[in-house]
This record gives sequence, C-alpha cells and structure tokens, in this order.
Amino acid sequence: MNRKQKKMLTRIILAAAMLIALAFIPSEGMVRFALYMIPYLIIGHDILLKAFKGIIHGRVFDENFLMAVATIGAIVLAVIDSGDYLEAIAVMLFYQVGELFQSYAVGKSRRNISALMDIRPDYANIEQEGALIQVDPDEVPVGSVIVVQPGEKVPLDGIVEEGASTLNTAALTGESLPREVGAGDEIISGCINMTGVLKIRTTKEFVESTVSKILDLVENASSRKSKSEEFISRFARVYTPVVCIAAVALAVLPPLFNVLVLDSAANWGSWAYRALTFLIISCPCALVVSVPLTFFAGIGGASKAGVLIKGSNFMETLSRTGVVVFDKTGTLTQGVFEVVAIHHNKMEEERIIEYAALAESASSHPISKSLQRAYGREIDRNRVADIQEISGHGVIAKVDGTEVAAGNGRLMERLGLEYADCGSVGTVIHVAIGGEYAGHILISDMEKPTSRQAIAALSKAGVSKTVMLTGDARPVAEQVAASLGVDEVFSQLLPADKVTRVEQLLESKPKNTTLAFVGDGINDAPVLSRADIGIAMGAMGSDATIEAADIVLMDDDPMKVAKAIRISRKCLHIVYQNIIFALLVKLICLALGAVGITNMWFAIFADVGVTVIAVINAIRALRVHNA
Amino acid sequence: MKKTYSIEVDCANCAMLMEDAARKIDGVASAVVNFMTQKMIVEFEEGRDAKAVMKNVLKACRRIEPDCEIAF
Repeated sequence: MNRKQKKMLTRIILAAAMLIALAFIPSEGMVRFALYMIPYLIIGHDILLKAFKGIIHGRVFDENFLMAVATIGAIVLAVIDSGDYLEAIAVMLFYQVGELFQSYAVGKSRRNISALMDIRPDYANIEQEGALIQVDPDEVPVGSVIVVQPGEKVPLDGIVEEGASTLNTAALTGESLPREVGAGDEIISGCINMTGVLKIRTTKEFVESTVSKILDLVENASSRKSKSEEFISRFARVYTPVVCIAAVALAVLPPLFNVLVLDSAANWGSWAYRALTFLIISCPCALVVSVPLTFFAGIGGASKAGVLIKGSNFMETLSRTGVVVFDKTGTLTQGVFEVVAIHHNKMEEERIIEYAALAESASSHPISKSLQRAYGREIDRNRVADIQEISGHGVIAKVDGTEVAAGNGRLMERLGLEYADCGSVGTVIHVAIGGEYAGHILISDMEKPTSRQAIAALSKAGVSKTVMLTGDARPVAEQVAASLGVDEVFSQLLPADKVTRVEQLLESKPKNTTLAFVGDGINDAPVLSRADIGIAMGAMGSDATIEAADIVLMDDDPMKVAKAIRISRKCLHIVYQNIIFALLVKLICLALGAVGITNMWFAIFADVGVTVIAVINAIRALRVHNA
Repeated sequence: MKKTYSIEVDCANCAMLMEDAARKIDGVASAVVNFMTQKMIVEFEEGRDAKAVMKNVLKACRRIEPDCEIAF
C-alpha cells in the first residue's frame, strides 16, 4: 500500500467507527444532522472537492460529481423525510472502500506483472586491481571485461573470454533446458549463470543489449491499443453522458407524468432516489480498467513463456489466426545443412567442394556455411574475386582466375549449361567450373524434432490451414511437407515470390480470420510485414528479428506458435468475459434501479464490485503455462 | 521528438481522459497514456520546447484528476 492508500484506509476506519458510535447515540433534528455530517465529511471531503473543481473546469459527468450529487441528494431526502443519514454516508463509505480495494488490486497486479517481466540486471561486476566492484550496467563501455558469478544475471551481451558454465535461459525463452557455454561463445544478457565463473568481453552497451530491447518492447507493448480497447474508450465516452441524461429523465419525467396524465401524487422523492442510483452505476471504470489490464497480463504471461507480443492489437489479431504460413528453412527445419553426396562429378570431390566453398565464401546463407564446413579448411578470400550473387539462383565468382558458378538448376539454364538432375531429396548445388558443368553437391536439411507436433498442435488449436513456403526444389519441399503434415506447399520461390504467395493467401483466407507468417526473420522481413501477423523465431541474439516482427519467439521451437495462439485466445476470451459481465450487471442494475427494486447499496456493487471482480478475472490472463 | 514520462494516476478512466486532454495541447503531435506501466509517451511537434509544452499538458491533466502527477 502506498501513502495515499494508507491515508484512505485511516479515513475509512475512522468514519466507520464514528458511524457505529452514532448508532448508539440518540439525537434529533439539527444536532443529529451535525453529528452525522462529521463522518460524511471525513470520508467524502475529497470527493466533494474534486466534484466542485470538476464543475469549475466544465467537467460535469465524472464519478466524483456523481457521488457528490447522489450522496448530497440522499442527505437532502433524509433531512426532509426520514432522518436516515446512514445510507448517504454508507454509500460514500462503501464507494471509498471499493475505490481503495480497486486501486490496491490494480496496483498489486500491475506490480506482479512487472515483476514477472523483470529481467533487468541490477549491476555488472568489473575487476579492478584484483577486486570485484559492482557498477551500473549502463556505465560499462563496449569492450570491457565483466565477471559473472554463479547465480548472477548476465548483465550485458558479449563473448565469453574465460571460463565455462551452464546458463539458465528460462527468463528469456520460458524453457528450462540449460545451455552450455565456453570460451569464444556468444552470450546474451538476461540469462542466469548457473555453475561456473565467466569472464565476458562485452560487445554492446546496456541500452543496445538484448535485455534492454526486450524490456523496452514488453513495456511499450500495452501502449499499442487493441480494437477492444478502442471500442471500450469510445463506449465509455458515450455511456456516461447517456446514463446521466437518463437519470435526469428518470427524476423528472415519471413524476410529471404522474401529475399531468394520471393526476396522482408526483412522488418526486422516490424518483429522485432512483435517478441517484442510476448515477452511481454510470461509471465505466470496470470496463476501462479491466480490458487493458487483461491485455497487460496476457502480454506479461506470454513473455514469461518466451513469446514476446509487441502490442495488444497483435494479441487480438493473433487470436483470430486461421491460416499459418511457415517459411521452411530455419523455421520448420533446423537450417543446418550437411553435404551428403556429390554426383556426376568429373573431378575429385574435394576439388568441387573447395571451388564451391570459395565461390560462396561471401554469403551467410546456411547452404554456403555448410559448404564451408564440408571444405573444413580456412577460406583464403584472396583466391576469390568478382563475386556476383544472383538472388534465387546462386553465385558466380572467379576462383584462382577461373569462373566458378554454384547454384540451382535455374543458374545453369541462365548460363546455358546442360546439367544433371538429382534423384535424391535435398538441396542441390550445381557447380560449373570454367564454363563447364562439373557435377552437383547434395545438401540436406534436418527437420526440427518438434515441427510435426507443432503442425498438429496448430490444427488442434483451430487453425484451418497450414502452408509452407520455400525456395527449395519441389521434391525436397514436398517430402518435408508430407512428413510434417502441412496442408499446402509452394516451392522454388524467389524471395519476391513469397510476398506474392502470401498476398494470394491473404485474399483467399476465410473471412474474419487472419494470416500469420512464421519465419526466422533474417531475410523474410517483407513477408513478415505483409502478413496480418509476422512471427519471427530464434530471437536470441538477433536484433533484426526483434525489429521486423509483430510477435517474437525467443527460441526457435515451432511449438511456440500454437502456444502463442492459445495464449492470445485465452486472453481475448477473458476480455470478452469482462466486457459482457460488466455490461450485463450494469444494465440489469440500471433496469432494476429504474423500476425501484434496487437501492444505492446495490448500485455501489454494480460500480465497484464489478470492477474488482473484473480485475481479478483479468489476472487469470497471466497464467499461461497450461495454455 | 518522442519522450516518455512517468505519471501517477489512480483511475483508468481518468488516464484515458488525460490522454485525450494531452492530445489537444498545442505542440503535442500525439500522446499515449499507458495506465498499466504508468507512463505517458508524448510526441512533440518539430522544434517545440518539451518542457514548456509539458507544463500545459500537466495543467490540462490536473483539471481532469486534481491529484495526478507527471514527472518532467
């Protein structure tokens, strides 16, 4: 509880105690009025003051005004009529109790969610003259050596200089599987060092480090508002004035009708009372607080599970996912290629690999990496010149002065060379040396162990279609698609074709559903942004991925896609529950209030009670481990 | 220019109204109030003095919720 809340609690206890005491003191007339005014002012003076200020500033319809009018109204009725001041004061008291509880509950859940997302390291250890000193991670320049002891968080991104240890990445990925690191390995901030002492040379400043980026992303996520939130804002702007006008109508019209048409008693008092209960119900707070809180909790829970959702709006779009399009390489497959065979070669295998590896030496594509691995020796870049990368085809370069072309069948066609097709399944790199076809290298990729399950989990989660896009040859693509159970597959696509395909799929998808594209974020940024939702995976250590996508999966497990969809569905479910529950209770109370069945106590429940229940319900969105 | 300020506001409805009010202030290009993280993100128009503009923003917000705070 903060200072403000404590002060309010004291006022509540004081006023309640006085009310109880007054019940035992018999009093009459003005004395009684004066006595009851003491607890009323103790509990309600700030409301009255705010209401007064509101009127001066031309803001009439806020809840302070409503509470002031309702309770003063009830007091006036008591003075004229019954002498029962208790109701007016109790209404104010309960309103304050409710507000306090609400502010406490909201504050508490806000702190809980923030704490959950708190992966912020407090300090970094720097060695100085043989002793370790703790400094603010913000003050550590790039290239410094920091020491991370077992049990501490890694504060900055860097490379391990010395030591070996096991890292717990659960705070980032939601996975408890530890990761081994040793000298020379890259290490990202936010992991917890578990076993050994590590010396790390930092490669980034704190603000550029993974942990800052993630914190920034998650904290700002709830600023991007969803359609439900916008609906609630618009609704709230209309709801309060409408209910206030209805209250005025309720206070004036039925009595006039009684007098003028029915020629009976006006009954002003009882209609005024009904109008006042109307006013109390008119605050839209339950909706206004619970909807964003649900999204906030959902985003917090998802980030704990290693799914970063960049905004409430994306949470909403994700929940309506009907079609999921996957990129193959690095997403459904491991993207780690191995050279498995060399066919139709006219020279020694080592020579072909050597030429191909040298020609592809400038590329960071997984295929060229695997060629370089198969070559196994240091690449001497001086032997390579005039490298031309032809997107979607391959590479042409001069190696030791001889022209070497390495790429797919299209590249050979472009060069006007005859080539031999491969009967085996895999990625085929045709190699031409000195303008002559020299054979091809067969490389194949491994499926991720969870890909099959992931596709199955998606259809179970209600996704109607799964699609796989790839630049690979048709046989490879179809074999992988069949083994994973993907519904549709498009192969031999150039990067630009992927965008066109996604556009076609966007047009043909069922109404009211959305299309999600899942990629590794490295070279599919245009597709990620074209899809309704771009999901990038394997963000550990790649800033580009975090920038490009709407939803970021920290590790590269495709199972997380279905999990993210389930989390978003649960969250939206709670949002709708809260909207319907709050509106229903309010409307019922308004209806009952209009016919005079409810009293002010009930109205207070409809206002504050509903808010508290909705807030508690919202917190359920935080629990995602079963989702 | 975009700046983030930490704020103190108790009621979500007021936060929403503060957002509306801040948007109407001269010199503010856009404003978002995040009730959950208790932050106000204000984008200023080209060449405006953030401090001077924020003074007016705070004034407008105080009209809505007299005990709200904006740290700037």
